[in-house]
This record gives sequence, structure tokens and C-alpha cells, in this order.
Amino acid sequence: MSTNNLAETTAIETVAGVGTVDLAKSTVRDLNQALHDQHDEMNIQEWEVLNPKGHHNIAVGIDQKLKIDIRGPAGYYCAGMNKEAEVTIHGHTGQGVAENMMSGLVRVKGNASSAAAATAHGGLLVIEGDAGSRCGISMKGVDILVKGSVGHMSCFMGQAGVLAVCGDAGEALGDSLYEAHIYVKGSVKSLGADCIEKEMRAEHIEELTELFERAGVTDQDPRDFTRYGSARQLYTFKVDNAGAY
Amino acid sequence: MCGIVGLYLKNDKYESQLGQLFTPMLIAMTERGPDSAGFAVYGDAVDEGVKLTLRHEDENYDWAALAKDIKSKLSTKVDWFQNSKVAVFKVETDAETVEDYLEQNHDDVLVMSSGKSIEILKEVGLPERIVEMFKLSEMKGSHIIGHTRMATESAVTMAGSHPFSTGLDLCLVHNGSFSNHNRLRQELKRVGIEFDTENDTEVAAGYLTYRLQQGDSLNEALENALKTLDGFYTLTIGTKDGFAVVRDPIACKPAVIAETDDYVAMASEYQALTTLPGIEDAKVWEPEPSKIYVWERN
Repeated sequence: MSTNNLAETTAIETVAGVGTVDLAKSTVRDLNQALHDQHDEMNIQEWEVLNPKGHHNIAVGIDQKLKIDIRGPAGYYCAGMNKEAEVTIHGHTGQGVAENMMSGLVRVKGNASSAAAATAHGGLLVIEGDAGSRCGISMKGVDILVKGSVGHMSCFMGQAGVLAVCGDAGEALGDSLYEAHIYVKGSVKSLGADCIEKEMRAEHIEELTELFERAGVTDQDPRDFTRYGSARQLYTFKVDNAGAY
Repeated sequence: MCGIVGLYLKNDKYESQLGQLFTPMLIAMTERGPDSAGFAVYGDAVDEGVKLTLRHEDENYDWAALAKDIKSKLSTKVDWFQNSKVAVFKVETDAETVEDYLEQNHDDVLVMSSGKSIEILKEVGLPERIVEMFKLSEMKGSHIIGHTRMATESAVTMAGSHPFSTGLDLCLVHNGSFSNHNRLRQELKRVGIEFDTENDTEVAAGYLTYRLQQGDSLNEALENALKTLDGFYTLTIGTKDGFAVVRDPIACKPAVIAETDDYVAMASEYQALTTLPGIEDAKVWEPEPSKIYVWERN
């Protein structure tokens, strides 16, 4: 065990090449700085975060191909703005996990609170438990796979990407949807404005199959899912309204 | 913002450590509410009569003289102890008699709570200071709810701090804000509900008091509250035998619940639950909007 010279002032250690940060001893700011420093000097690719204990903003703003394991429950905005990194939370997460993610993979082993992957542009978020309300709100290209259920207003104003739910969906699913694709295996409490059930065609089976593969999910059959999408009847879809500007 | 926390014990395993377990939970919510803090603890119940939490501005107030006065004037037995600016009085008569007597003869004494087992303790200041002031870590009991306040709708005062008493052994803590509290306060005043502050949560507490007076069960009162209260809220309601949690239909204000064989704990954020025994293996989830959750001992 040797102390990493990148962060002598913090309790960051490297064990068998894995950077280890214990949040019982270091601050989240120290952790995130150490992860951001990898931008300049890519010498530690694997990281382990101990005692996260629901702290907010863990592993936010990573822009390198790092592998980060968070050993316990995280608070708000965990892995927010993630780019390229593979972040696994071995526990539950608070609001806004992987919010505005650009690329990479974020995996939550437990449940996630509301606004998971809000506004995210790319990458993959896998939630192995349930997600709270507004999962994938205003998603802009991220793919989200929830093995449990999602809460109300999920995929609100979803613009692009895929939200696949292996359990049930809460009220007002896909309200004011643009072009995001929604697949739900279980029941949907209610559909939001302009969201309708759509036919599962071959390309949708293919899209889900590929998503399950990327997410490492082997116990789901795409044919059990129902597709939902935009009816394209709202104001924004009417070309005549373009004349107003 | 504000932080709310609650801990309800399903059995007597941790009853002697209730305050000790709850202290770090309340302090963990300091970032969400550094202005004032308070808690309602349920335990040490009286079999006969009523238990009141009384407060006086003067820390050297002569509680012994007050006890003697109540004893002789109301011809009843009085046990009491002091805790900082607050004193807990156990009086062998009904709550109304004592409260009326205090209002007419000792109007400088404020009744914080009344019931069989509830004690409400709250003050302005950092949660850490308030738990120390009231020696929370030494308290025993079956359940407790608490609040750390970041004031938005009214001034930072003791009276504007939570929990708010809503009746015998009942109280309320709130994270959020109500948008129809002014109109609702006027309506409630017309039917005889009294208010001490301009605080929005006091209106919600007053509304519940009113509904319960009308004969609603706790569940019915909360169902009516969901229809009547407009705004953002997560509410935790302390009852004699447990607590209830309700979130508004949009559920913007956070809440997380953890349950094991020994307890149910709720908090605004998971951070407040990390010090509980067995939390690693607890069932942890987010309560659904517009759903009334109640845990009570039979």
C-alpha cells in the first residue's frame, strides 16, 4: 500500500493499482478533484469509493475512461455529467443520478430516487432496483434500463434515447414526449399527454435486444414489452405553428 | 428547503436508545435547515391525566411555584421536571382544564404540546446546539419526529419552528411550502381555529386539528389535506402510537424510508439514516406521491 503522490493532503491510497478514497476520511471535493486530475495524468484507471453514506455529488463531472466502484448508497447527482467513465453504485442513489450524462455507463445496484438521467445526452444508465418519479425527464439521447418500476412523470418531454422498464410505470408516462422510445413490460398507471401505445416492429425488438446486451441483462425477452411513443399531436408538432415566429 | 426525520420503533429493543439513535439523524439534516430545529418525542406516558410541555422565555422561571399553584387551584396531583426553557408537567386532570387555567392565570407560559406521551421541544439555532440543549441523546421512548428549518414563508422564531402541535399527542413537521395558506388561515379562523404565527405549516397543522375535531380519523384528515392543501410538501405526522408520512401529488420534496424488523425511519435524505443499526440491510425506498403511509403500534 502506498500513498498516491497526486493527492498527498488527502487520504487517497492506491491498493494494487486501484485508487481508493474513503469518504469517512476525505471530502467529496477531494475525491472529485482526484478523479478530475486524471484528465492530465491518466495513471490510475480504477477507483473505489468507500463509506459514501449518502453524500451528494460523488464522482460528478468525470471526463475520462475510468472505472469507479462506489461501495454503498450515494446521495444526489451521483455520476452527474458523466463522460466515458463506468460508474457502479453498490447501493441506492438519491435524486438525479447520471443527470446530464454524455457517455459512459452508470449502474445502480439498488433503487434510485427521482430524476434519474435527467436531460442526459448519451451513455447508458442501468438501475437494477426501482426508479422514483421523473426517470429520464427531458432525456436527450441517453439509454435507460430499469429492472424494477419507475414513478410518475417518467420520460416527461423525452427527446431522444430509450427508456426500458422491466416492471411497471407510474402516472403520466411520456407526457409531452418528443422522439424518445419507451418500452414497458408491466402495467402503466396512465399515459401522459400525447403519449400512445405503439406497435412493436422488428426494429424495436432489435433495439431492445441490443440494449439488454449492453446492459448485461439476460433474463428479459423483448417480445414481452409494449412500446409507447409520441402521437405527435401537440402544438410543437404542427408545422402551421412555425409561422408564428 | 428544511429537513425532516422520523424514527418509529416496532418493538422495545431500542427504546432506551431512541434519543441516542435520533441525535445524529437530526444533526445530519443541518445543511437542509440551519435556522431552527425541534423534535417531538413519544415516551414516558402518563396513565392518568395529561402530560404538557410548557415553555417560558425566562430560563429561571419558577416552575415549582407554577406546579404548586396548579396543584392547589385545580386540586390535582402535579409531577414536573425542567429541561432548559421547557418544563414537562404531568397533571391528573384533563388537558383542557389545565390549558384554560394557564391561559387565564399564567398567559406568559406557552403550551408546546399536550397528550399522554408527546413532548415537543424546539428552539432557534443549529440542530447540534438544540439537541445538546435538551439532552436529546438521553431520551427514551417509542418514536420521535424532528425538523431542521430553513425559513422561507415566515420569520426565524421559536414559534415558527417545527413540530407544530395539532391536538392531543399529535404534531406535524413539514418540508415545502403551501401556496394557499393565507386564504385557508382565514377560513379556519372563522371556524374557531387559533393561530400564533404567519407560518404556513401552522395552517396545515390547524387544518388537521379542525378535521380531527370534525370527527375525521387521522387517515381521513390526511385524505382531506391532500385535497385542500395546495403547494409542495412532504409531511410527517406524529401520533400517540406511531407516525404517518404524506407527500403532495407532484412529490418534488424529497423523502426516503428505511424499514427493518426493529424500526421504520424516514428522512428527507438518506444521509440522515446512515448511522442507524442494520441500515445496510434495511429495505430502503421512496414513498409514493399522494399516498398516506401510517405505522402504528397496536
